[in-house]
Amino acid sequence: MILEPNLTGVPVPQPTPLSKPYWDGCAIGELRYQRCTDCGAASFGPAHACHRCRGRSLEWTAGTGRGAVYSWTIVGRPPLAAFVAPYAPCIVRLDEGYDMVSALVGIDPAELERIGDGLRVQVEFHPVADSITLPFFAPADRR
Amino acid sequence: MPRTPPPYRDVVIAGVYNTEQARRLPGRTVGDLCTEAVLGACADAGVAPAEIDGVVGMQVGELIYELGLGPAMRLNSSLGIPAVLHAAQAIAAGQASVVAVTAAGAELLSTDGSAAVWTRPPNELTAPYGLFTAAEMALMARRHMLDFGTTPEQLATVAATIRNNGHANPAAVYYDRGPFTTADIRASRLVADPFHLLDCATTSEGGTALLLAHADRVADLAAAPAYIHGGASDAHGPAYTQAPSFDRTHRDGYPAGYVGRRAAEICFGQSGLGPDDVDVCEFYDPFSFEIIRQFEAYGFCPDGEGGPFVESGAIGPGGRYPVTTDGGTMSFSHAGISAQMLQRVVRGVEQVRGTCPSMQVDGAEIAMCSNGGSGALFTDVMLVGSERP
Ligand SMILES: [Zn+2]
Repeated sequence: MILEPNLTGVPVPQPTPLSKPYWDGCAIGELRYQRCTDCGAASFGPAHACHRCRGRSLEWTAGTGRGAVYSWTIVGRPPLAAFVAPYAPCIVRLDEGYDMVSALVGIDPAELERIGDGLRVQVEFHPVADSITLPFFAPADRR
Repeated sequence: MPRTPPPYRDVVIAGVYNTEQARRLPGRTVGDLCTEAVLGACADAGVAPAEIDGVVGMQVGELIYELGLGPAMRLNSSLGIPAVLHAAQAIAAGQASVVAVTAAGAELLSTDGSAAVWTRPPNELTAPYGLFTAAEMALMARRHMLDFGTTPEQLATVAATIRNNGHANPAAVYYDRGPFTTADIRASRLVADPFHLLDCATTSEGGTALLLAHADRVADLAAAPAYIHGGASDAHGPAYTQAPSFDRTHRDGYPAGYVGRRAAEICFGQSGLGPDDVDVCEFYDPFSFEIIRQFEAYGFCPDGEGGPFVESGAIGPGGRYPVTTDGGTMSFSHAGISAQMLQRVVRGVEQVRGTCPSMQVDGAEIAMCSNGGSGALFTDVMLVGSERP
């Protein structure tokens, strides 16, 4: 079997003034993060200051959407009925130098178990509501 | 870390009390359970409730009003060990002289088949992907397994040990439900790989309280005193909203996967004690892996060797470091967001008093207690002892 995104009935993000640029990016197929214009560090999730230099000059930037799997889990017993198991929450370490939570799609769970560590992945976007699109990650060599 | 004078030497844990714990307690409320627990802790201590001049935890205003304690210090807190430390600090600073710390969970469990509310916190960056507490902690556990070769059998060893402690504890919600083998743990339903159902905390209802007093009251107390030899807290961020990456850090040697390491160093520094001085480890057990990483974080074994450490026999009955001896959140009780964290300290007190009805560690003088979880990015630690520091 190949993992697919859970898109129906899942909790829909409610963008805040802080996170709106991120979700606006997703809606047009851009995976955005904040880059510090003082020291260059990447920040995610949406933050009020740079975690490295503590400056306030963060700028939303579009990344490549490419990265490597840092960790993952296969869920067998979902917390809500809307989620169909199995699915694979993960941490992706983006090439721009930050980590984010997402879910892996387009791969068999058994194969993921075998080759998941450091697996190269690429973002793909799936709409879950009128104005909200979620980024998921699939193996880069399958696209 | 420079040695600091024992900060809590003028404070005594005078009384402790657990209400009945059960999967459900129909008709009971948080207010009802906290009231029973506070009065129970007073009776245990031999201190009149009217002497309470501070309340920390849940229901604090209600307790002050209904028990006629006003004016009294109050601090709302849904935390465990930090709530106890706040109470102790208030006594040490002369803000109050007898402080009750209490929490309870009731009317909690959902009826629609979904997981308990506190296990699936809403967040725009995690909830849409079906993240919940087990998955967050699994992301930490997976990275540890990849980096160090930690095995599912080692995780199951922790779960079987703690569940067997609960199996032997007549006060545990899951009393007499075992015994469990590692095969039983690994054969249970998959929740979030590597965690199976029996690797995870349970959910239940119940209340608990501790009564702290100035140490000049020790001669009047009904129960053997217990003392706070140290305590500290670490966090790496908000729980369940950011990626729980094991190696995230802003201080060398303190990755998020070892959250609690800095706190343990402070805690041991306050007492002049080290892991060798600890007789029993009343560690918080939200998921089996969390016990393994705590032994590494606190310096009981080198980084990466927590798996072999728990398989060595050290954490079981008669071992060098018996762990979570009442059955913890896996078997004793997990009543919401706070009571079960206070109950780690309650059990530590019972161990150093030598009064545990099951799994009493012979001659235990120092218990190390903890709260939190790596996937939640926080850990609190505390040392409880039978002698005044
Ligand atoms: Zn910066």
